[in-house]
Amino acid sequence: MQAIDSHTDPMVPVIAKVTRVTRDLSDVVTFEMEAEGWRGFAPGQFNMLSVFGVGEIPISISGPQSDSSKIIHTIRDVGPVSHALASLRTGAVLGLRGPYGTPWPVEAAKGRDVVVVAGGLGLAPVRPILYELMENRGDYGKVTLLYGARSPGDILFAEELRQWRSRLDMGVEVTVDRADPSWHGHVGVVTAHLRGADFDPKATTAFICGPEIMMRFTANGLVDLGVAPGDIHLSMERNMQCGIGLCGHCQLGPHFVCKDGPVFDWAVIKPLMRVKEL
Amino acid sequence: MAIEGLERILAGHPLFANMAPEFLDTLAGCAKNVRFAAGDYLFHEGDDADHIYLIREGQVSLEISAPGRGSMVFQTVASGSVIGLSWIVPPYRWRFDAHARSDLRVIEFDARCVRGKCDADPVLGYAVLKQIMPVLVERLHDTRVQMLDLYSAGN
Repeated sequence: MQAIDSHTDPMVPVIAKVTRVTRDLSDVVTFEMEAEGWRGFAPGQFNMLSVFGVGEIPISISGPQSDSSKIIHTIRDVGPVSHALASLRTGAVLGLRGPYGTPWPVEAAKGRDVVVVAGGLGLAPVRPILYELMENRGDYGKVTLLYGARSPGDILFAEELRQWRSRLDMGVEVTVDRADPSWHGHVGVVTAHLRGADFDPKATTAFICGPEIMMRFTANGLVDLGVAPGDIHLSMERNMQCGIGLCGHCQLGPHFVCKDGPVFDWAVIKPLMRVKEL
Repeated sequence: MAIEGLERILAGHPLFANMAPEFLDTLAGCAKNVRFAAGDYLFHEGDDADHIYLIREGQVSLEISAPGRGSMVFQTVASGSVIGLSWIVPPYRWRFDAHARSDLRVIEFDARCVRGKCDADPVLGYAVLKQIMPVLVERLHDTRVQMLDLYSAGN
């Protein structure tokens, strides 16, 4: 997907306008935007969003690829820029550069079983995959979503998860790290549900997004079950600043996460994850 | 006939996958089928750990109570799992409550019977431990991951 032409200089943002804001959790909002020249994105890509006078950060796109009329981002309020973004209201304007980065190889998963594993806010970057899988359900084999959250109150997109769980053509398991007895779902780590999931390891493509430790354990768990490392894809997070592989802040071994990633396959990224200094 | 049935059930349970038939035969003598209704407690913290439960169907929450906080669920286990490992290690006492979240079908072992057979036949004892250790290691690992609080805002 080609980035918006922002006056030919890739470092100059275009103006985007917030058209809708939804509060998902106490510290998480999803907002829809529109921007002149937006030509859509591929699942897994991100935009550089800026609040003027505050700063710029990379945020994954969390909406459906099939609707290019709006740009959807889900943001957790954790730092100065994300706080400013999470505080924006309908009608506000912000800067946008993108979309950037390599997408999830969803096309390559056609005809195969698909396992999507997400943790915490990591459900947002994989949501475009889930939309694609459901819009073209017949193109894929068995589909499984495993999602882990901190507590029942921290479950992202809870209403959509309920809808997905009610589908007969998709397995969805949600687990939390802790809960009181009023929670009727699973308690425990998300990786524990890999063993009970229904997929053919030899014909499975896996997409993982969440905290790096969780992704590591999930990828190793999938390999233990027989999934090929090259069929396991992760979305990496590093200090992305330029978004176009110029500044070097997000360098991970020989790769720039913003340009060569953020999506990498496990065969490529596993050796780098073992280097603590990276 | 009932014992033969249990052998087949045991052989099909993930915990006893690949275990030698003669061992299953021996262990089946300590086992019986039991049902619990949703809401029942299988045991409470402090009780003697004199049973081993293999879940055939249903879900159980493992809970610890704290003053002013009520019960806190730290893990749920479902079909194919074993509940509790305190029956292996003295003083054989449960460290938490086990609460049936749904109607439950389990295979209940008399832990004293299993321990006695394992003590009498160390080869059987080693085979049982080899089946149990992966569960123990996996739960220790999972607990460590939960303790890391990976999904907190700082992560």
